[in-house]
Amino acid sequence: MKYIDEYRDPETARVLLGEIEALAADQPQRKLMEVCGGHTHAIYRHGIESLLPDSIELVHGPGCPVCVIPMGRVDDAIAVARADGVTLCCFGDMLRVPGGDSTLQEAKAGGADVRIVYSPLDALALAEREPDREVVFLAVGFETTAPSTAATVLAARDRGVRNFSVFCNHVTIVPPLKAILDSPGLDLDGFLGPGHVSTVIGTDPFRFVPAQYGRPLVVAGFEPVDVLQGVSMLLRQLGGGRCEVENQYRRAVGGGGNRRGLELMREAFVLRPHFEWRGLGFIAQSALALAPGLADWDAEIRFDVPGLRVADPKACQCGEVLKGALRPWECKVFGTACTPESPIGTCMVSSEGACAAYYNYGRYSPRARIPVSAS
Amino acid sequence: MAANADRAAREEVLARVESWRRRAPKLTDKVVTMAHGAGGKAGQALLEAVIRPAFSNPALDRLDDGAVLEAPPGRRLVLTTDSFVVTPRRFGGGSIGDLAVNGTVNDLAAMGAEPHALALSFVLEEGLAVAELRQIVADAAAAAARAGAPVVTGDTKVVERGAADGCYITSSGVGWVMPGLELGAERVRPGDAVLVSGTLGDHGTAVMVARGDLALASAVESDTAPLWDLAEALLTAVPETRWMRDPTRGGLASAGNELAAAAGVGIRLFERRLPVRPEVAAACELLGLDPLHIANEGKLAAVVPGDRADAAVAAMRSCATGADAAIVGEVTGEHPGLVVIETALGGTRIADMLVGDPLPRIC
Repeated sequence: MKYIDEYRDPETARVLLGEIEALAADQPQRKLMEVCGGHTHAIYRHGIESLLPDSIELVHGPGCPVCVIPMGRVDDAIAVARADGVTLCCFGDMLRVPGGDSTLQEAKAGGADVRIVYSPLDALALAEREPDREVVFLAVGFETTAPSTAATVLAARDRGVRNFSVFCNHVTIVPPLKAILDSPGLDLDGFLGPGHVSTVIGTDPFRFVPAQYGRPLVVAGFEPVDVLQGVSMLLRQLGGGRCEVENQYRRAVGGGGNRRGLELMREAFVLRPHFEWRGLGFIAQSALALAPGLADWDAEIRFDVPGLRVADPKACQCGEVLKGALRPWECKVFGTACTPESPIGTCMVSSEGACAAYYNYGRYSPRARIPVSAS
Repeated sequence: MAANADRAAREEVLARVESWRRRAPKLTDKVVTMAHGAGGKAGQALLEAVIRPAFSNPALDRLDDGAVLEAPPGRRLVLTTDSFVVTPRRFGGGSIGDLAVNGTVNDLAAMGAEPHALALSFVLEEGLAVAELRQIVADAAAAAARAGAPVVTGDTKVVERGAADGCYITSSGVGWVMPGLELGAERVRPGDAVLVSGTLGDHGTAVMVARGDLALASAVESDTAPLWDLAEALLTAVPETRWMRDPTRGGLASAGNELAAAAGVGIRLFERRLPVRPEVAAACELLGLDPLHIANEGKLAAVVPGDRADAAVAAMRSCATGADAAIVGEVTGEHPGLVVIETALGGTRIADMLVGDPLPRIC
């Protein structure tokens, strides 16, 4: 973990903050969206927001995989988990995501066999260890995690593991970004592009952002120095009248992405014609399903799922938060009816969700730009 | 004549039976069975072969229903109890046996009380290997000896396979509060200093690693250890100490939040001063956890008047369990009820209580 230290070096951060302040002084108010929940988390975790000049506002984007799961899909996962002989494996974050009227955590307490895994391969190993169980992996995430799901399901096919299947909820980052850029009254000056997703897809797929929408985008890493450098690069573009895709995260990201990862995805997945996003509604060609040749490992085909669309609770404004139209604390239920302990909306569940990050880390600001409460 | 010979022969047999009955019961079972919890001979055999010899002391050896303790005149008594369900039962640096003893000893120590005597209750699952139980009991006995707190009474129950997971231990303890000592959140004032006695998050990380589901081949050891020596050194050097806590589940963040809420003050911690082992920091980084939320089993958090902080750290560092003691923060009148961290970059963030349970059955 040595490499992390240099990207957390306070001295380097101070130099970058000095740069940012100088750049910001010559510019109007800037609103920059960090697309990825990993950035949102890092920004609050390291107190970066409180260090930026007042004229720079970071707006949190849609790139939190847990946050964009619609309630109907959670209900489907719960139905699968409750089926006879099924062991549902998922990442820990998913346990508390509210469905229509319960959560996977409640299903587990009620007797469903729900287990936390750290990788889809753990779920496949479990299926091989326990051949009498039907092991289902609840797959969520953007292109960052999709290749490992792809590799796992292909390994299940190659090894002939028949008691393993995937409930696929993988989504792609470009369509929601387009949806945000298309929304009327767009009020964003630039984007911090998602570093982890870009390790897989590269920086080329983001070229449409400057080309079609006239906004600069800098793909950035997740350490504090990465984020600050990304902000500085965006301000430099904006100040110098440039508008392009730049790559701050060169140590991990190339222009064309990870060829092997993309190949795996092409083999294992097909694009769904449309998919519902929590708070954003249906977005065309924005999600992945298992390829037809992998139907035997597709939980959606092997199990009866209700497949119902569940409307978000009226009070929940996750959609507005995900689009960056609302800051977390501007939501009517933030911190009162909706807290990390009993979330109404998904943004309050994942540690990468804007509301959870803000609630857990950001409630106190020495700049008092934001109301302080002791919960 | 024949009748007499017959009676003599019978009496000889009966005498032999009596003498066999008086022999110490021998434990031949390899695993715990329901019979060991039935209050009969098998249970006695388990007690005599495994448990009593390990903890042997005059009060326990009487095998009464309880232990009679002499209280020093004028001293206040602290009573505490805790249950241990950790999985796995053995991990780097310890086992459920020493954890059960140290946990209760440390609850007493954090109350400013010298541990005096302990009670241990075991709930065993049918099928537990007697050899493993022996090792757990040996660990508990060694920990009790190290802490200077004899196990003076206890109990053993057995439940059917599947009704418990191997072995659960409930430990209770009594101790005498150091004379003249007053500790409490209500005594904490802005300007006080916040101290910890060493590295944070070692125990929780060691248990996670021992579970093996992370594929982390890291050699993190639990910090499970008795802390009365450390508490006594601190309280002797700085009798004005305001508050102490043994930050187990929920870590320093939970202890800090409880203090901030109870005392109506703000706690400000400095990220760069928090002692965290690199391997613990790395494991937390991978799992998206915060070392501030991870359990400790051999650490003391304390609040002392600001001008006594250096003396307090020196006293802690004079003990082996306090070698890495550090001043990690301060009490402030700002942001009452909140624990705020100044990050290494100089920014600020909140450290809230842990939500949910990412690490179940950690102790």
